[in-house]
Amino acid sequence: MLIFIARRLAMVCVMSLVMSVLVFGVTQVLPGDVTTMVLGQFATEAAKQELREELGLTRSLPVQYGTWITGFVLGDWGTSISSQAPVFNLVMERLRNSLMLGFVGLMMFAPLGILLGLVAGLKQNSWTDHFLSVGSLGFIGLPEFVSGLILIWVFAVQLGWLPASSAIPAGTGFVDAFPKLILPGVTVALVGLAYVLRMTRASTVEVLRRDYVRTARLKGLPVRAVVFTHILRNALTPTVTVIAVSIGWLVGGLIVTESVFGYPGLGRLALFAIQRRDLPLMQATTMVIVVITMLANLVADVIYTYLNPTIRY
Amino acid sequence: MLRVSDLSIEYTTEQAVLPAVRDVSLDLANGESLGIVGESGSGKSTLVMGALRYLPANGRVVAGSVHLKDQDLGELSAADLRRVWGGQVGIVYQNPLGALNPSMTVGRQLREVATWHLNMNKRQGDNLAREMLTKVSMPDPDSVLKRYPHQLSGGMLQRCIIAMALMTRPALLVMDEPTTALDVTTQAVVLDLIEELKAEFDAAILYITHDLGVVARICDRIAVMYAGEVVEIATTRELFARPRHPYSLRLLGCIPHFDLGPQKRSLLTIPGTIPRVNDLPPGCVFAPRCTFAHEQCLAASPPLVDIGAGRSSACLRWAEVPDLIDVAHSETDVLGRRSEEVPGTADLLVTADVCVDFKASGRSLEWRRHKGRVRAVGGVSAFLKLGQTLGVVGESGSGKTTFARAIIGLTERSDGSVRLRGHELAPGLEARSPQAVRDMSMVFQNPDASLNPRHTVGQAVGRPLSLFRRLRGKALEGEIERLLHVVQLPSDYRGRYPGELSGGEKQRVAIARACAADPAIVLCDEPLSALDVSVQGALMNLLMRLQSQMGTSFLFISHDLSAVQHMSDWIAVMYLGKIMELGPTAEVMRPPFHPYTEALLSAVPVADPDAVQEGIRLSGAVPSATHVPPGCRFHPRCPRCLGDQCRVEEPPWRAVAATHWVYCHILPEELASNQFGIREGHAASQREET
Repeated sequence: MLIFIARRLAMVCVMSLVMSVLVFGVTQVLPGDVTTMVLGQFATEAAKQELREELGLTRSLPVQYGTWITGFVLGDWGTSISSQAPVFNLVMERLRNSLMLGFVGLMMFAPLGILLGLVAGLKQNSWTDHFLSVGSLGFIGLPEFVSGLILIWVFAVQLGWLPASSAIPAGTGFVDAFPKLILPGVTVALVGLAYVLRMTRASTVEVLRRDYVRTARLKGLPVRAVVFTHILRNALTPTVTVIAVSIGWLVGGLIVTESVFGYPGLGRLALFAIQRRDLPLMQATTMVIVVITMLANLVADVIYTYLNPTIRY
Repeated sequence: MLRVSDLSIEYTTEQAVLPAVRDVSLDLANGESLGIVGESGSGKSTLVMGALRYLPANGRVVAGSVHLKDQDLGELSAADLRRVWGGQVGIVYQNPLGALNPSMTVGRQLREVATWHLNMNKRQGDNLAREMLTKVSMPDPDSVLKRYPHQLSGGMLQRCIIAMALMTRPALLVMDEPTTALDVTTQAVVLDLIEELKAEFDAAILYITHDLGVVARICDRIAVMYAGEVVEIATTRELFARPRHPYSLRLLGCIPHFDLGPQKRSLLTIPGTIPRVNDLPPGCVFAPRCTFAHEQCLAASPPLVDIGAGRSSACLRWAEVPDLIDVAHSETDVLGRRSEEVPGTADLLVTADVCVDFKASGRSLEWRRHKGRVRAVGGVSAFLKLGQTLGVVGESGSGKTTFARAIIGLTERSDGSVRLRGHELAPGLEARSPQAVRDMSMVFQNPDASLNPRHTVGQAVGRPLSLFRRLRGKALEGEIERLLHVVQLPSDYRGRYPGELSGGEKQRVAIARACAADPAIVLCDEPLSALDVSVQGALMNLLMRLQSQMGTSFLFISHDLSAVQHMSDWIAVMYLGKIMELGPTAEVMRPPFHPYTEALLSAVPVADPDAVQEGIRLSGAVPSATHVPPGCRFHPRCPRCLGDQCRVEEPPWRAVAATHWVYCHILPEELASNQFGIREGHAASQREET
């Protein structure tokens, strides 16, 4: 098992390098010129050239890549062109925020989604099942800016229970930030819940058809024991993959939710970097999201082998 | 002990209400074993599961009652029923791998029964589990307890399930086709175990199966089911000797006997197909397929009546059934003589030293040690004569299928030669001449997978006709019709899709397709094993008739020795990629045998309660082709192993007779001196007389 994890970690490193070439390449071919963004429309060509040299943009591409990637590995992520702050600090601050929001979202939708999916699967074709299945479809279809605004209107504007804006100052701890994390967390959870619920329901239905469930029932085990010792564990395997895939999205893909609530997460930072053609910032945010996604998948594979002993590496 | 009275079970579907089981009454005494025999769709599993009140949501007991000891199972609360399930009734299932939870250790699954039913703690449960595994003769029970199901072989898993079923010392043991998924040699070991445990535990056994050979060994009495009704109940010996229902009579007729007569005879089969329960005929359910049906049989459904001597039959003419045997047997024909009488027939196909290696894929370290190749077929030399059948028999993993695929070129051989009419054939199909491709065709085990679900029957059969015989338009249509007629399918089946056909019908289409291009050789790879007894019988008749009409040569692969000996002129016994014995059928089936042939003959279930077989049992499973034992590859399992000679030296290919070879160190005379194979008993000889 340790060998397996070590090998997969090595794979993560290799894949990250490959991805870094891609990320670097993509940032090079993006239209728009950073000097224009920094110096404005009417800057002279000489001033632009000077800035390019200062930023090291006049060197050959492989040299630029080499400098960037070595710095990246060593923790020197450069300076943001648009804000002149160190990229590392900017990204880490936002990453921390994103992880907090992602964690809150995940804790809301993963257990609930599994539970409801299990209930829907066990009561296949009942009214409960239809209600949950159709309801979850509705949540998948509902865009976050709609559900987010409804939540703000109900819980912040009408009831006044929770803050409408989730803007938090840099360095806010989890406990202090928690009230502001609830509404965006619920918004995110509504989408994630639907996916987890539907996946768990499908695999529960599939597991119920298996012979070993019949064996368990005809052993005379009470329903509770059949469900929790025999069905749940086998039904969880596909769900674990879905949850793992959702982690990359939770960390870097919540741009809409973050915007609706004014939450300073990694997604909005990435968007900001792209709008400003802030290459160092863009590259760093993308790489962080890539690495997190791959690590999440690694964790999922480890859990997967635990749940399914027929798979051994 | 168990009394089922007038039980009727219905399934409600969107289209209709299906009366799956109707008016069934059975009783079972302590320590008695009752076999419930019937083809698929006869309702045997529904009957037993319904009696235990375990039915899917759309199934319902509509009438009748079930008493287990003094309790009416129909009156029990759900909680009390759970005390019965697993407590008073133990169940053994058909597919042992599927019946165990893949993500729990075997030990935990066994312990569950003890902790739940016997109020044991973990440690006591584990101890009982270990004790039970020892009782079912499991080698190394401690390590088995810690393993997951996928780490154990089928035979070991089935022992675990039997151990699990017996843990609470239940009064009733239900066995639902417990050996169907196992190899013959493993099946024999498991059946021995069941017989032993039957004596020790004194449980009543309900044994559900379609295999008459197995019931003949295990059961005291038999209930024959047909289309949801019990049509006959008798003691095993009586049923096999003197069936009192035409269905029982014909079901027995579908099974080939181990007779070594010089004639190839067709089997007594059942015309037509089993009716669906939503479309039952009026009157006797069997009447439409019964050649003895009278008018009164069509008028009203005859009840199961006591006909004395503890027997019951649902046939109005039960008294006449014994006389009908002669009439029925006159339906069977002689389809030629076996090869011994036709000497000097030309060799059509000769293989010499055919080897097939597979590149090891996957990341297993063990395989890498073998330089990334696995020898699935390790040098097979055999021959196929014009118009005759070579049967290839062996356990799964013996390389039979790979050998056939190497002959036809679907799998490329790595070494050796395959000659057709003296001409060497290229290893791969692509490199062969169109004529050579046309000369061979194949019928596969699973017709569901080998027929394209999007092609109609006509398209499937027509494809080789247009490809090889260049038939077009009217000629093509006419030939398709003729072929369907040959395989006894109505011509309106042409427009149907495989999904609309039954398993037997699909296999008929596959046979029609294989014969379409007029091949010299048809390779049949386990063509019967997915099918019901009666369908197997009908297909064996069909294949033999085709052979006598068209003069085609068959390579007939099967794990079922009785089918192979019935079909074949020659038999090759394969083990782990090599032929152990090759010769004319009658000689192979009579001593001296190779010890492996002997073991197969000891293991095969014979549909005759009085048959006498040798008691040879093989331990363990066929080793993996990655670890072929040195010397004689059979030596680790061989009951007659001589010691070092067998362990080190490759055995000679010894001629026992002019055309009969045995791959063994032991001299033929010595082998013959303590072998006898199968002696069919009293019942069979009596049937022959009548």
